[in-house]
Amino acid sequence: MMTSNRLTLAAAAAAIGWLMTFVPARAQEEGGVPLKASHADIKDLQSLQRGARNFMNYCSGCHSMQYLRYNRMAADLKIPEKDMPANLMFTSEKPFDTIVSAMPADAAGWFGKQPPDLSLMARARGVDYIYSFLKGFYVDNTRPWGVNNIYLPNVAMPHVLASLQGLQKPVFKNEPDANGNPHMVLSGVELMSPGALSPEEYDRFVRDLANFLDYAGEPVKAKRETLGVFITLFLLAGFALVWMLKKEYWKDVH
Amino acid sequence: MADPVGPQSEQVDHSRRRLLTAATVAGGAVGIAFAAVPFIASWEPSARAKALGAPVSVDASKLEEGQMLKVVYRGQPVFIVRRGKAVLDQLGNHNDLLADPNSMDSEQPVYIKDSGPARARNPEYWVGYAVCTHLGCSPLGAFEPANATQISGINLGNDWPGGFYCPCHGSKYDISGRVFKSMPAPKNLPVPSYTFAGDAHIVIGEDENPKSG
Amino acid sequence: MAGASGSAQPSKGLLGWIDERFPLTTLWKSQVAEYYAPKNFNFWYYFGSLALLVLVNQLLTGIWLTMNYKPSSAEAFASVEYIMRDVDWGWLIRYMHSTGASAFFIVVYLHMFRALLYGSHRKPRELLWIFGCLIFLVLMAEAFMGYVLPWGNMSFWGAQVITSLFGSIPVIGGALLEWIRGDFVIADATLNRFFALHVAALPLALLLLVAVHLTALHETGSNNPDGIEIHDHEDEQGRPLDGIPFHPYYTVKDLVGVMGFLIIFFGIIFFAPSFGGLFLEPANFEPANPMQTPPHIAPVWYFTPFYAMLRAVPSFMGTQVWGVLVMGAAILVLFFLPWLDRSPVRSIRYRGPIYKIMLAIFVVSFVILAVCGMKPPAGIYPMLARVCTVLYFAFFLLMPWYTRIDPVKPVPQRVTG
Repeated sequence: MMTSNRLTLAAAAAAIGWLMTFVPARAQEEGGVPLKASHADIKDLQSLQRGARNFMNYCSGCHSMQYLRYNRMAADLKIPEKDMPANLMFTSEKPFDTIVSAMPADAAGWFGKQPPDLSLMARARGVDYIYSFLKGFYVDNTRPWGVNNIYLPNVAMPHVLASLQGLQKPVFKNEPDANGNPHMVLSGVELMSPGALSPEEYDRFVRDLANFLDYAGEPVKAKRETLGVFITLFLLAGFALVWMLKKEYWKDVH
Repeated sequence: MADPVGPQSEQVDHSRRRLLTAATVAGGAVGIAFAAVPFIASWEPSARAKALGAPVSVDASKLEEGQMLKVVYRGQPVFIVRRGKAVLDQLGNHNDLLADPNSMDSEQPVYIKDSGPARARNPEYWVGYAVCTHLGCSPLGAFEPANATQISGINLGNDWPGGFYCPCHGSKYDISGRVFKSMPAPKNLPVPSYTFAGDAHIVIGEDENPKSG
Repeated sequence: MAGASGSAQPSKGLLGWIDERFPLTTLWKSQVAEYYAPKNFNFWYYFGSLALLVLVNQLLTGIWLTMNYKPSSAEAFASVEYIMRDVDWGWLIRYMHSTGASAFFIVVYLHMFRALLYGSHRKPRELLWIFGCLIFLVLMAEAFMGYVLPWGNMSFWGAQVITSLFGSIPVIGGALLEWIRGDFVIADATLNRFFALHVAALPLALLLLVAVHLTALHETGSNNPDGIEIHDHEDEQGRPLDGIPFHPYYTVKDLVGVMGFLIIFFGIIFFAPSFGGLFLEPANFEPANPMQTPPHIAPVWYFTPFYAMLRAVPSFMGTQVWGVLVMGAAILVLFFLPWLDRSPVRSIRYRGPIYKIMLAIFVVSFVILAVCGMKPPAGIYPMLARVCTVLYFAFFLLMPWYTRIDPVKPVPQRVTG
């Protein structure tokens, strides 16, 4: 009977749908401390422009963006090319160059690790991770640079933005461990001494920076989504058309 | 038994079928045209190719009269020659030696053609491709007028006005790159678009003044 | 046998000229315009033509990617980003290819499921089914090699893990592994040969197998949701009473399937090409790093059911090869399906409750295995994977018994729609 087949199929579909909710979204399970939502909006051009400036001023000294060209960034972020050299181009003269940093290739000796290229960091780790990471530094005297990070334990990077954010201290929580004994677990950070920016201003700074890195990971994303709307409408119209065509010819079939 | 396919008592609406089929074919053609765009457009020079083929800035301020610079633009060599007044004054005097004295048939920007015998934006500097129009060899510079033996082994003739000599098959050009009569080369040396961003600062590959800053 | 030809009037003009030299009109008639297919095809019958569509997509976009991709370990990763950023519309061609790979498996899994529903693997279509299984096998190899090409960190480590499976074979494993890799680890040599196989050898094999698959199909004619043979009832001209010519009826119906598919396909491409990290994994946006394993190695979603089975089997007598054998058996058992199924009827519509329950269990355990394969082997997942591996094999290995005892319903003479 067809009804029981449909029921079986419906049950299977429901089971599959329920199971799919177990599919991992982001690597939030590892590391313990949940990521903070960045609320970065890749369509906010002003935010991206500020983020580009933040990146060039604070990050490009060590981190390159080897897959992003200045002229592409200028075009997408609607920055006039004549404003580029003074404000955003510190290591290259030519607008079609990619963004290189001044860091030499053997800098791993200074930091313990070569500062990674950041072109694809947002695609590899997610914009929320970058946002959270930049807010996650805390004072730790056992580390070479005096800081650690709740999202990347024993991070090799110094807290470049400390002058803006201020210094944070770690917050611990009492939690039972695997044997049921209570022990202190790192659960967050707290501002200890203020920096040049207020917490809200720093939050916006970091959001813009994460937003810019998200853009840099896939510069075509905003255009792709816009184009997608047109394509979908076109295909929906096409679907309606071929549906009518099919129905018309299948009148022959009994 | 009834044929499952084909019209029975109802009429087949042929005009509706034709209309729907035509609309589908038309829509399909539009769809295929849309779909073809990325494939065809991806063959255009990429951003990297455009970067590598970007305009080339040349500082010719250290060039002396009678001296030449060679740079590469889009994979091809370009001459820049500094010409003195004596040479420039003589430029109109040897049209009888030239195949195309008014550059009617050569490859160059409009402003070069309109600049007369000097074939340059600024007559003091001649800019042109170092590619012989015969088979593509790189001509040698022979800029001294009347010096028939400035290239060893070759006699340029006593009426030599100064110019270029191609060693492959002997084509001769004057100092504006205009080819002599009866040469293997058919046309004058081609000239790229270029502009001046300062007295002796040439940008090859750009027509307008480049954005300063 | 395919439909009988109608009146054989020779064509005129250009078509006539061609027909005298090449059986164009004959082929068109016998394979399309007068090829009779059952009139009761339903939703499950879209996936064959969709598979062909996705194959064409992969070939076209793949060729275009090859125009800019550099198959060397030094340049591969950067060349993919070059395609994504510097080549005009390169990003779209790349996404069409990566989404197409996942779409291929969705379509093929649903296409195979249709066979399980309606008995399309039964006599006389056993060879059709076997060719299909071969296509599945080649497709898995093609997808595996394709995933290595971007040379991201998951490409590298996925290749490292899967090729090491061959290393677990006793005695010859080590030498075999080195031979496959062409080096002591996954390296430039491996990448280059995977490129050659992925771009040239396997697509040719795939095309050949698809041609052979369709030939076998046309020899027996299609099955249908009722599982009966439409050629058992023909009219005076030998046309099946329950059949309709493929053109125009199924060309027009498959067009609807194509449009529906394209809406979903391009929806994913334009709005969620990574599909939550399932189609393009985050770890693969970092270049291959032999010094650093991603925190969590998992193959792409379409391999995870088999990967889960591989991990489910524990080491025994000092070797891991049992997991490899079980994983291989899970694919190999598919080939035997026509002979495992002893039901007197083909279609699930006329089978009893046992088959329906077993099939439902099979589908659910396959999906659970897929989820297990994506997770780290901790918590309940290892046990779940073991249970579901057993259930997966039970579907096949117990089939000769339960299909024989399963009560069946009377099968109609003519299709019921």
